[in-house]
Order: sequence, then structure tokens, then C-alpha cells
Amino acid sequence: MAGMVAAEQTGGATEYIVHHETFLSNKVPHGIVDFSAINLDTVFFSVLLAVLFGGAFWLAARRATTGVPGKFQLFVEVLVNFIDNQVKDTFHGTSKLIAPLALTIFCWILLFNIMDLVPVDLLPAAAHQAGFQHLKVVPSTDLNATFAMSISVFVLMIFYSVKMKGFIGFISELTLHPFTAKNVFVQALLVPVNFLLESVTLLARPVSLSLRLYGNLYAGEMIFLLLAALTLSQGLGSLASIGGWTWIIVQIALGFVWSVFHVLIIVLQAFIFMVLTIVYLALASEHH
Amino acid sequence: MNINLTLVVQMIVFILLIWFTMKFVWPMILGPMNERETRIAHGLAAAEKGEQELAAARDQAETIVREARERASHIIEQAQHAARDLVEQAKGAARSEGARLVAAAQQQIELDTTRAREALRREVAGIAVRAAAKLLGREIDARSHADLLDKFAAQV
Repeated sequence: MAGMVAAEQTGGATEYIVHHETFLSNKVPHGIVDFSAINLDTVFFSVLLAVLFGGAFWLAARRATTGVPGKFQLFVEVLVNFIDNQVKDTFHGTSKLIAPLALTIFCWILLFNIMDLVPVDLLPAAAHQAGFQHLKVVPSTDLNATFAMSISVFVLMIFYSVKMKGFIGFISELTLHPFTAKNVFVQALLVPVNFLLESVTLLARPVSLSLRLYGNLYAGEMIFLLLAALTLSQGLGSLASIGGWTWIIVQIALGFVWSVFHVLIIVLQAFIFMVLTIVYLALASEHH
Repeated sequence: MNINLTLVVQMIVFILLIWFTMKFVWPMILGPMNERETRIAHGLAAAEKGEQELAAARDQAETIVREARERASHIIEQAQHAARDLVEQAKGAARSEGARLVAAAQQQIELDTTRAREALRREVAGIAVRAAAKLLGREIDARSHADLLDKFAAQV
């Protein structure tokens, strides 16, 4: 919520926001797709959070006892039990992958999103002191991160479809629904139509999955940035006057209100991503 | 905003994280949880069984106590009966002993009486003979008048 970069910005709110929305990259990427560029901040924070999640849960798993559980073990067990129930409710089959996958998705995305609650200027300002021009701390506001997960889930969907129905079954599901005809020739004419519809349905899943998460978190971050740009720049510009301090108090109040509201979005989006992943994988492995 | 190498790196990190969770986290947490669940279920079943056994044991103990009490009262009754019998027996024995003693004493008295009467009779007979001799002036031969004397004695 608080920071000092805002006051240092000379170009006003637009430059402030653009500055905050620029990744720490090895080079300036060209166009929409450029595989020679890499967002170092996204990779750094997601690996850091992955290590945090993996390490904490690994410690809990290693110390897990069948006797009376400790507080941390209890917390982990509640989470595991909650996700296990979610998976059992939706996915009717045996899979050693789905439940751990769901746990990973939920915890990782939750940690991504929680980074949004760190005051927007805090880490970028620290990075600025260390000599880095830009820093984006919330990996789920990077399309690369959200698409990486949804594409992985998409690959798993295809894998489960083919595994449970066979390649022929998978293809026929794509081409013989929703329109069917008894006449072979009519059916042959319907195949392209079906294929178009079913492909869109199938492809919409990973796209919506990643865009939903990205959009929610991007918007949340944008509101924090706007609050900071509109109030902090005014406030820090005139610290000598009562008006300046009023702006800072307004910033703290608004930032607090939005943080409280945003906590809901943070958990909800992680939960939605997880549940939809389970649902999509359940749909993929069911016969129609 | 653009798609770049980050996507590939993120996918690799994601897959590694899933693999790690699947291999080292999930089973190690769910395993002990399930084990604890069965242990608790066993414990509850054992507790219930113990409770049932306790109730059965209590029933049994009650039965035993009741039986013991019954037997004790039976024994006491028997003992009272035996004591009464014994007293009765002792009373009977004492009574018969007393009767015997009384009878013996009566017999003795009778014997003594008879003996005394006999002696008295002899005395009287002797006195009578002597009185008669004095009256007659001569001595009565006891032997020749034995019949008479005996008859006289019998009359006395």
C-alpha cells in the first residue's frame, strides 16, 4: 500500500502504472510472442513460492505422525482432506495424480495471489535500490504463468481422454457430437460442424481457465496501483501540508478496504482454478 | 504483455512441483491420516467392546453375589436348624437322663424302704417272739416255730 516510488515518478499516473506493469526481462520482447525473452521476476517469484510450498509441505509430510498431530500438521491435513474430498466428489475414478495436482494448483496459485497483498511499491522499490529497473511480484498477473498451468492441465485433459476412451474414442467424441444423424452421408457432412464446435469447447477450457485467473489478479493489482497513483503521489508530494497527510490516510484506508475485499478474490480464484481443473479432468476421463 | 520463454519455464516448474507433491508430499500426509482414522475406529470399537464386557462382567458379578447371598442365608438357616435340633436333642437327652436318675432314685428308695421294712419286720417278729416267750414263760424254739413266726412276720 505504501511506497516511495510513486513520488519519484515525474510522468504522473500513466507512467507510474506502465512502470509497474513492465516485467524484469532479459530484453525488451518484440511482438506478442517472443521466445527469446524471459520474465525473470515471474520465474524468480514462482520458483520461490514453489520452494516455499514444497518445503513447508515436505517438512509436514516428513514429520507426519499417526498419533496426535501438531498444529502445522493439522493445518496441512485439513487442507489435504478438503482437497481430497473435492476430488472424490467430482472425479469418480482412481488416479494418483489428480489430488496432488489439485493441491499443488490450489497452494501455488494461492501463494501467487497472496503476493498481491504485499504493498505494491515495497518490493519494486527495494529492487530499484538493488539496481533493477522493473519488478512484478505477482506471478498470476503474468499470462505466461497462468497459461503455463492451464496448458499443462490441457495436456493432461487430452492425455486422460485418450487413456480412458482410446484415440478413436477421443476423435469420435470430437466429431460425432453434438449433431448426429442415422444417414451416413449426413453424418459425414455433420463431422466438420461437430469438430468445430467441440474444438472450441475444448480449447475454451484452458483459455478461460488462465484468462479468468489472470484477469482477476491483474484487475486487483491495477486497483492497488491506481489507489497508490492517485493518493500517494498527491500525499508524498506535499508532506508539509495537512492535505498531503490526508491523502496518505485516504490511501491507507482505501488500500485496507480493497485488501480485505481482495483476500476473497485471492482464495476464490485459487479455488476456482483447482475445482475447474478437477472438473475438466473428470469430464475428460468420463464416457459419454 | 507478451508470451515468451517464461511460459516454458513455468510449465517445467509446474510439472516438477506436481511431481514433487505427488511423490513426497501427498502420500506421506494422507497415509498417516488414513492410518490414524483406522486406529481411531479400532479404538472406538475396542472401547465399545470393553464397555459391553464390563456390563457382562457386572451382570456376572451380580449373579455371583446373589447366589452367594442365597447360599449364605441357606447355610445360616441350616445352622439355625441344626442348632435347634442340637438343643432339642440335648433337651431330650437331659430329660431322659433325669427320668433315668429319678427312676434309679425311686428304685433305690423302694429298695431301701423294702429293706427297712424287712428289718423292721424282723425286729417286730423278734420282739413279738420275745414278748410271747415272756408271756409263755418259756423259750420258743425259733426253729420249731419258724412257720408260725414267718406267718406272723408276714402279717406285720
